[in-house]
Amino acid sequence: MNALFAAFRKDLLLQWRGRAQMVAIFAFGAAALLLFSFAIGPDSSALREHAAGFLWLGLLLASTLSLAESFECEMEEQALEGLLLLPASTRALYYGKAIANWAQLALLGMALVPVMVVLYDAGTLRLLSLLAVILLGTAGLSAPGTLYAAMTSQTRARQTLLPLLLFPLVVPVLLAAVKATSLVILGDPMEQYRPWITLLGAFAVIHWSIGGLLFGRVVED
Amino acid sequence: MRASSSRPIAFVAFGVALLLAGSWWGLAKAPGEVFMGDVQRIMYVHVPTAWNAMLALTFAFVCALCFLFTNAWKWDNRLEAGMEMGVVLSLLLCMQGSIWAKPTWGVWWDWDPRLTTTAVMVFAFGGILALRAFVDDPVKRAVWSSVACIVAFVDVPIVYFSVKWWNSLHQAQSTPQTVSSAFHWPLRINAFGILFLWIGLVGLRARVAALRRRGEMAPPLTQKQSATGRAPITGGAV
Repeated sequence: MNALFAAFRKDLLLQWRGRAQMVAIFAFGAAALLLFSFAIGPDSSALREHAAGFLWLGLLLASTLSLAESFECEMEEQALEGLLLLPASTRALYYGKAIANWAQLALLGMALVPVMVVLYDAGTLRLLSLLAVILLGTAGLSAPGTLYAAMTSQTRARQTLLPLLLFPLVVPVLLAAVKATSLVILGDPMEQYRPWITLLGAFAVIHWSIGGLLFGRVVED
Repeated sequence: MRASSSRPIAFVAFGVALLLAGSWWGLAKAPGEVFMGDVQRIMYVHVPTAWNAMLALTFAFVCALCFLFTNAWKWDNRLEAGMEMGVVLSLLLCMQGSIWAKPTWGVWWDWDPRLTTTAVMVFAFGGILALRAFVDDPVKRAVWSSVACIVAFVDVPIVYFSVKWWNSLHQAQSTPQTVSSAFHWPLRINAFGILFLWIGLVGLRARVAALRRRGEMAPPLTQKQSATGRAPITGGAV
């Protein structure tokens, strides 16, 4: 547990020291949200209807950048090998990094919400429900994302491989998070919010468990 | 060695023979379907392809588990072969489905859960094949693709149920018509035909994978390649 906390602290510190990168990733996400509206046209009711989808697509695209970056820095000066020599289990390293990535993605998601509200006129007062979707959705992105970033950061063509591997995998997250966010923004007369949140939670639980089980093999060999 | 080297070819030949027989039965002998006419006859390859695509990917998943537990190269060979076969069959499945859907539903694509899940599977497992292509170290390639295969396989049912859920909130599904007994035999024969065909092809493909790895590893390394610190990785035979 101490090792996990130390790993988490190290990754948070890394992110804080590289905060310029985080700002750039946020700008990328915001630019993506701006571009999506050009695909639809200036029809404000259509934009509002699609706002949730755009938010999650923007977050998904931006997440590949931040997930890739989280392992790119471990590749410099063979930092990863130094980490593996420490008396800490690989599981602690994985969960430390995955939680740090989760925190970063959740923050990114929350930062993109005002952009969405302004651009698409998609405001809501159910902020707690929205926060729950963002937290659970980004949890579902960060667990498999951290696992795959560990592999792809060591390959050629890493910029292509991470999204190629991650996107098909997180289809359920995208579906459920878009649906749930939509329901929060546009209203939920049929009470469908809870099943989608449950799906997000189940996805996160499954992938956080498999990730912890398999990460050791990925970095040790 | 002789016997084992000709076995996959025998499987392929037997599979092709069954496939020809089943297709002849389905195309010429079986009665046409009342509502859809001859278009329906694509079912005789489509449904067996669907079963076998799932089976091939399940086989790849089992190979991935076996590799992670035993570290034996033969499982990596089979994983590579099985995954390629699964991706090819899934891709064929999407194509056959589109060919059938255009005259029947009037569209090439529909967001049916099975269809969407198959498309997601093509990308998920195709991505793992791409990963294999970009990793030069055979040990890392084998371990990573096993890990990725397990994660992707576990994800398949979640994708299926989420799409089903997502779609059911939009529109009711047209239910698949129950298959009358006149259509059973060509379906079964073709299913076994494709099964034998892909088992034979996987056997051949696994041998190619083994030969390629032998070429990749410098001779002095083959005995000491167990850099994992676990059970030694055994030789390249299939």
